Amino acid sequence: MNLQIWIWLMIGITFSLYIGIAIWSKAGSTKEFYVAGSGVSPIANGMATAADWMSAASFISMAGLISFMGYDGSVYLMGWTGGYVLLALLLAPYLRKFGKFTVPDFIGDRYYSDTARLVAVFCALIISFTYVAGQMRGVGLVFSRYLEVDINTGVVIGMAIVLFYAVLGGMKGITYTQVAQYCVLIFAFMVPAIFISMQMTGNPIPQLGFGSVGTDGVYLLEKLDGLSRDLGFHEYTTGSKSKLDVFFITAALMIGTAGLPHVIVRFFTVKKVSDARKSAGWALLFIAILYTTAPAIAVFARTNLIETVSEKKYDEMPVWFENWEKTGLLTFTDKNDDGLIQYVADPQLNELTIDRDIMVMANPEIAELPNWVIALLAAGALAAALSTAAGLLLVISSSVSHDLIKKIIKPDVSEKGELIAARVSAFFAVLLAGYFGINPPGFVAAVVALAFGLAAASFFPAIVMGIFYKRMNKEGAISGMITGLLLMLFYMTKFKFGWFGGGSEADWWFGISPEGFGTFAMLINFIVSLIVCHLTKEPSKEVQDLVENIRIPTIENS
Amino acid sequence: MSKNLAQEYWKKNLKYLVILLSIWFTVSFGFGILLIDELNQIKIGGFKLGFWFAQQGSIYVFVTLIFIYIGLMNKLDKKYHSKK
Repeated sequence: MNLQIWIWLMIGITFSLYIGIAIWSKAGSTKEFYVAGSGVSPIANGMATAADWMSAASFISMAGLISFMGYDGSVYLMGWTGGYVLLALLLAPYLRKFGKFTVPDFIGDRYYSDTARLVAVFCALIISFTYVAGQMRGVGLVFSRYLEVDINTGVVIGMAIVLFYAVLGGMKGITYTQVAQYCVLIFAFMVPAIFISMQMTGNPIPQLGFGSVGTDGVYLLEKLDGLSRDLGFHEYTTGSKSKLDVFFITAALMIGTAGLPHVIVRFFTVKKVSDARKSAGWALLFIAILYTTAPAIAVFARTNLIETVSEKKYDEMPVWFENWEKTGLLTFTDKNDDGLIQYVADPQLNELTIDRDIMVMANPEIAELPNWVIALLAAGALAAALSTAAGLLLVISSSVSHDLIKKIIKPDVSEKGELIAARVSAFFAVLLAGYFGINPPGFVAAVVALAFGLAAASFFPAIVMGIFYKRMNKEGAISGMITGLLLMLFYMTKFKFGWFGGGSEADWWFGISPEGFGTFAMLINFIVSLIVCHLTKEPSKEVQDLVENIRIPTIENS
Repeated sequence: MSKNLAQEYWKKNLKYLVILLSIWFTVSFGFGILLIDELNQIKIGGFKLGFWFAQQGSIYVFVTLIFIYIGLMNKLDKKYHSKK
């Protein structure tokens, strides 16, 4: 069967599955809409969290990114998994015990202040919007590559699907479609990885394969280190970034993960406190399957690529080379007219530029895997992008309908009215996200990194101290959040967009990159909160009792 | 749960957190970043040990830590629940 038919078939089947689930799990109350009625089992919630978490970036870009960065790519691997330990140990169980619907709910109640609530809503909206725009773009890219439609048409198709199940089913619909999407995406990611690992090392487990010997009897990693050295790149297994920067970026990504509202809200959907812990564990296990495979794929793809192209005749390149040249994501210019491809680190001599996003997508073609595997990969990439987009849209809609309308603007709104408001705001959020998908701001990648920094710098300290430090009061938390947020915004816009006089790498404070600055801004947030808190009066007895209360789980019927 | 028991429960919980988070920090920031050059001298199969911790080992430990915490807390919950 030809590739195009396979792709239509795979996407057709998976999309009908998602829509079927959405109809089956229509939300009837606000509790179902916001937190799926708090009745999701820990394993199902773990899968949904994993799908929610692993976006188009994890699925498509990460392995490619690592294959070009080598050791430096570890910041993403550790950063995007280590945050779950913080979530499971420091946040999820207590937030579940608190038992409301959103992160601003917790901040607003714990710090007995609508100002705190508003600051939190503002942070949640900025973080989620920046994130979702990238997802819609990802959906558009996949459609355009595989269905040969225009990127914008792709975005519109994606919007229609998300609109359908997010507006109809709310959190309940999203959760169960995400379970299905996890299965699709992990299967799609693993199948080519296992095939390629078998081909290159004879070991079917990619995690072990990339530490094994290749068909020529040399350890794969040693060979890759050697190839990289010969071509003038830094050694694959050692880094080129400073240790301090790697440290700060990893910490910012970990803490940012634990502060992202669309991740935190998932733990409101389970029945009880112990289930919140369990589902964080399951979520990380499901995520780890992909995250430990990605570095293996990175090594396979990088070795394959270098061996296929380096110093080889351009005329004799395989078909996939030409296919990807057509997309403009792979370009070759024969600078010295020798008809051979020079792929080296020196930009003066290098003749091949490769968009890192194509590494995962081109991998099955490079390894000459059957068509159905390529089609599966397309369906997996769509599942990854759609599931994350839906989770983010829900945070946006509940921030508007619940945190703004119900809690601040019109507290007497009926349950039915709030549900309508939630659906309407989900609808507008999809339109807005689609707009950004079609007209992406030129700085999507920078803005997604900003989302992590912002989450780390604003939410994380406020939530952690809200649980672990009874004395923390609203003055401390609000001033901390605002300082952290502004400092982070200042640093990012200064070094990424050239505002406030701009600056280059040499001007970075203490040599910390904007991606790692969230860690620094978070520390400042903690310090400011603690100082201000001790200059102002301690929170009331009721608030301190609330904190005592969320620390101890209630145990029902056990 | 009485006030005293609740405090005891909380203290135990904090103790677990300190131990588990120290391990969390050691395997990722310690082995994967700060001590990488020293650990890379050791090789297991084709992996340099520091590199392996940064791209594989730390993630396995993270998963294990959460499941250990789940186990510890379930036990703690049961113990203090029966004392209530």
